[in-house]
Amino acid sequence: MDAQHITTKERLAIPRQVMPAQLPEVRIHNFNEVHLGYTPELAQKEAMRCIQCKDPVCIKGCPVNIKIDQFIKMIAEGNFLGAAKKIKEDNVLPAICGRVCPQEDQCEKMCILTKKHESVAIGNLERFAGDYERESGNVELPEVKPLTGKKVAVIGSGPAGLSCANDLIQLGHAVTVFEALHELGGVLVYGIPEFRLPKTIVKGEIEGLKQLGVEFVTNAVAGRSITVDELLNEEHFDAVFIGVGAGLPWFMGIPGENLLGVYSANEFLTRVNLMKSYQFPANDTPVFNCKGKNVAVFGGGNTALDAVRTAKRLGAEHAYIVYRRSEAEMPARLEELHHAQKEGIEFMLLMNPVEFIGNDQQWLTGVKCIRMELGEPDDSGRRKPVPIPDSEFILPIDMAIISIGNGSNPLIKQTTPDIEVSRRDTIVVDINTMATSKENVYAGGDIVTGGATVILAMGAGRTAAASIHEKLIGK
Amino acid sequence: MYKIVSAIFLAENIKKIEIEAPRIAKKRNAGQFVMIRVGESGERVPLTIADSDPEKGTITIIVQGMGKTTRELNSKEAGDMISDIVGPLGAPSHIEKFGTAVSIGGGVGTAIAYPTAVALKKAGNYVITINGARSKDLVILEKEMKEVSDEAYITTDDGSWGFHGFVTQKLQELIDSGKTIDYVLAIGPIPMMRAIAEVTRPYHIKTVVSLNPIMVDGTGMCGGCRVTVDNQTKFACVDGPEFDAHLVDFKNLSDRNKLYLLEEKQSSDAHVHVCKLNKTV
Repeated sequence: MDAQHITTKERLAIPRQVMPAQLPEVRIHNFNEVHLGYTPELAQKEAMRCIQCKDPVCIKGCPVNIKIDQFIKMIAEGNFLGAAKKIKEDNVLPAICGRVCPQEDQCEKMCILTKKHESVAIGNLERFAGDYERESGNVELPEVKPLTGKKVAVIGSGPAGLSCANDLIQLGHAVTVFEALHELGGVLVYGIPEFRLPKTIVKGEIEGLKQLGVEFVTNAVAGRSITVDELLNEEHFDAVFIGVGAGLPWFMGIPGENLLGVYSANEFLTRVNLMKSYQFPANDTPVFNCKGKNVAVFGGGNTALDAVRTAKRLGAEHAYIVYRRSEAEMPARLEELHHAQKEGIEFMLLMNPVEFIGNDQQWLTGVKCIRMELGEPDDSGRRKPVPIPDSEFILPIDMAIISIGNGSNPLIKQTTPDIEVSRRDTIVVDINTMATSKENVYAGGDIVTGGATVILAMGAGRTAAASIHEKLIGK
Repeated sequence: MYKIVSAIFLAENIKKIEIEAPRIAKKRNAGQFVMIRVGESGERVPLTIADSDPEKGTITIIVQGMGKTTRELNSKEAGDMISDIVGPLGAPSHIEKFGTAVSIGGGVGTAIAYPTAVALKKAGNYVITINGARSKDLVILEKEMKEVSDEAYITTDDGSWGFHGFVTQKLQELIDSGKTIDYVLAIGPIPMMRAIAEVTRPYHIKTVVSLNPIMVDGTGMCGGCRVTVDNQTKFACVDGPEFDAHLVDFKNLSDRNKLYLLEEKQSSDAHVHVCKLNKTV
């Protein structure tokens, strides 16, 4: 087929191209990426499904308004490097976002094809373009404007910080990124597992920023090693962007939560992803030995699924998701849910834990749960789970992973009291500029929104970069 | 990478290590700690800062070789590098003029009791220090503790130096002698801290302990270091590490610290094996 001379009818006749993936029975024994990526042929075929609408509504579904129609057209024509460049005008991390964005709720949901067919696989194509460019070795560095003489500190090297740093450096400002951990990438390295987002991809994107001139300082904890005021007054940064992400993991406050074998999802995932404890003892950091054990993860978000699929890969006999609502209310991405189901994850839906039970050595042996039913919709619009009286039962488990979300890290609030925070301790910003209540200090990502998505954090980082630039240059 | 400026043994298996870390040296207060990762495959371990020199840009830690990581640290010499050090973490010790303050260090815990004793003295307290060890050759910082104290006591379990007995007995003796004690800080093994809490409880003496749960990031992100204080869950890395001794659930802390006993032994045995091999070669 020729991308130039294909009729709409012919385009619509092409089925959505499935991305090759590792078989479930194979992948539960390794940490390699589930999806293998489109071949150039598959990508071109998929791209040809796009009917090139006059008014591409998909763009409205994208938080950073990638020129979706244009990059897809380029893929259809075989101009893969051009496509990558086109995406990068709006999104610096295509290989990452193509993998972890919830496209089914964003661009793909808007795709006109969904009325009668399946949507164009926009996420898969974005990923293909990003991967193709990286693997080709032809990553073209964007143009950097002449130096402005201004310098900006970015706190946090997760998605918000990286996208903010990227825009600012290209606008000619000197940028230093401060990261609390020993490795760069924030949630992209400690949170999201290798099988969903290979770390080499994150490293590649950060390498690109280094080449543009972004300075990175690891082992620097905001509020402890450095404070916002020190950055402004002693180190003479002209502006500060705070993108420290969500912080302290929530626990449920039920009895037995401090028994041995009860983890937060953050701890479990950090041990496995960042500290690579799946390679213990070659790596020094241990993690609960899941082999042959029963592991239950409490929660229904992407983090919960990441945790339960990680436990399965570490050899868990039974790996459960315990969630108090039904499948329809789960906040996790549908694709991840399907992957998990195929991998043999067992879903215990409409159940809520009320107590963890341990033995005399204080090791976890089970969890008492109560069955729930759905009542009237609550504030979130989802039907509220209500306990069914006298329906308690005990699920025997050896490990529990709590994945019900995060609160905000208190360190910035404690050390910079003049930054206004909400009742939930998230930083309050003007959503048009991402400016905080403190002069020359901006914030974005989970520290503002509470736990959200990579792409929203990136969008916030970019908005902040634009207003920081305006402020610094208008001075 | 961070450079080790000096490394000397204070006692068998207990080493004083000074590391270049200018940012931390400048900001650090008594009671705070750092997370250290020795090498690329290393774990992150919390170690309390014993001293710092802001001018020189260095901090000092005192390390007892217990498991693989601490023994690896203790094998380092001046000029060697370590991969990562981050801090200062944790809330600084709450220092004020209490009146008479007793700072108690058990074993390598003395390394942590020392900087707080210095701060207490600076704040105008009458400072009594009790420095406990199993035997004379394991007593550390004797001279430093003496310099900062109005009264300094050494206790050894075997009576080979100072008072023959435990730090708790010495503290009880001081209380029994009719001395008014307004504040007690105790840092050492969990059983020691728990015992000190029981000594002071009947007299309602404000008593603070520095807890040492297992940590991963040390910045509040993972919750692995959670401890039960006054029946509430607290994160030692951001809410602590110092807590009111009379409210701490020591049993829970002691249980939780046993989480990786098997793995720690496995790592440690493998490390000893490699060290022996190296020596043989």
